[in-house]
Amino acid sequence: MIEFRSVTKQFPDGTVAVEDFSLVLPSHRTTVFVGSSGCGKTTLLRMVNRMVEPTSGDVEIDGESVLDKDPVELRRGIGYVMQNSGLMPHFTVVHNIATVLRLIGRSKREAHERARSLLEVVGLEPDLADRYPSQLSGGQQQRVGVARGLAADPNILLMDEPFGAVDPIVRSELQQELIRLQTELDKTVVFVTHDIDEAFLLGDQVVILDKAARIVQVGSPSEIIENPADDFVAAFIGVDRGRRALRIKETARGRVLVDSEGRTQGSLVEDGV
Amino acid sequence: MNLFADAIAWLLSPERLDGAYALPTLLGQHLLYTLIAVLISAAVAVPAGWLIGHTGRGREVAVAISGAARAVPSFGLMVLLVLLLGVLRIPEAAVLTFVLLAIPSLLAGAYTGVEAVDRRVVDAARAMGMTEWQIFRKVEMPLGLPLLVGGLRSATLQVIATVTIAAYVNLGGLGWPIIQGIPLRRFDQVLGGAILVALLALAVDLLLALAQRAAVPTGVRSHPAASRDARAATASA
Repeated sequence: MIEFRSVTKQFPDGTVAVEDFSLVLPSHRTTVFVGSSGCGKTTLLRMVNRMVEPTSGDVEIDGESVLDKDPVELRRGIGYVMQNSGLMPHFTVVHNIATVLRLIGRSKREAHERARSLLEVVGLEPDLADRYPSQLSGGQQQRVGVARGLAADPNILLMDEPFGAVDPIVRSELQQELIRLQTELDKTVVFVTHDIDEAFLLGDQVVILDKAARIVQVGSPSEIIENPADDFVAAFIGVDRGRRALRIKETARGRVLVDSEGRTQGSLVEDGV
Repeated sequence: MNLFADAIAWLLSPERLDGAYALPTLLGQHLLYTLIAVLISAAVAVPAGWLIGHTGRGREVAVAISGAARAVPSFGLMVLLVLLLGVLRIPEAAVLTFVLLAIPSLLAGAYTGVEAVDRRVVDAARAMGMTEWQIFRKVEMPLGLPLLVGGLRSATLQVIATVTIAAYVNLGGLGWPIIQGIPLRRFDQVLGGAILVALLALAVDLLLALAQRAAVPTGVRSHPAASRDARAATASA
């Protein structure tokens, strides 16, 4: 469990990125912070592994303040996946994945064996192990980034817009892959995105943020869609338009759902009929 | 052309291998002064440059010092240092001149190398739990090495060119035939010495250019062979 307690972050230039933020992120669940750029969502994420220090307030992991821990030790115990993979360009794929294992003192052989087995977990061919990141596609790099985040088998995985820079088809593949991984691995995932569809797809708990990380609404995707807190949320998630504004249309073969543009999105399956 | 032929003749004369001012001896002195000066300079400038690059602090000071040092005329500085340190410390004065001359390039090479490393890569390294030293040692130093070797290359060339004036304070080196030849109007000897300095500079530059290329880490190199291998591997997969 990760708990934010009245966390405020003011940067030296005076910008208040996060103001009095409090929230509990349940264990073994995916919490998604979603909001437009500059809303402080990445700052929140980076306060979990002390890449950003709160100006006031506290962040606790299982009841222990992260501020009492050595930042380097703390970070080694938390997986981190970032946009544009952040892979070391001069390390091979297997070396990149093994980095954290080497940092926590595993033998090179053990670390590399584990790294190779992780390639399969994230859906990469074993023969990519000795390539360099520059020889991989964007989607493959992102998978390596996820494998690196998982390498030391951390309880917590922080993901900062990990699929923001790949094309929509690859992004969709990676999202499905993450859903599969999460059912297998059961991590506490903190995920940051500006894409509300991604948030609803991946999140058990979705947190919609406005400027200075003000919480507009927290809930499961169903709760938010069924009962948006205010007009801002309604507009942000788009309940009144596009794919989420579905209407029933009667056809010769039964009822189907159409969106606001009149395009058919699916059929209406009625239980117990 | 005649003078050039005379210079070649002077260079190839067997007498050039005799006596205290034999060319191999002068070449050895020249290289030794260069090596000592560059090593001392690197010992000072490289750690300082790395620290500036890693912390991002002190950059303005470094730029100001480098700019000022580049503007100092080396000949004047050497004469001044000889006068200040006294005639018993001529070698020290000369080496100090060359050291000061080499510092700006090495300092700039060290800090620009570290600064040029993609900040996202450094951020990822820190987020994975590398200590500041590990970030420097495993990420910033190897990725910044090509620019550092570039700095070493220009510093070494400047020193090789400038060690020529060491002969003016009677320290030998390849400047000796030049400086001794001018008052004697022995232009074959002046040109012969100049040719040797130029050849030495070209040879060392070539070596350091190869070193600079070798310093680019695998994976960062945009080498046609590497991408061809990658394509072949993808095709066969």
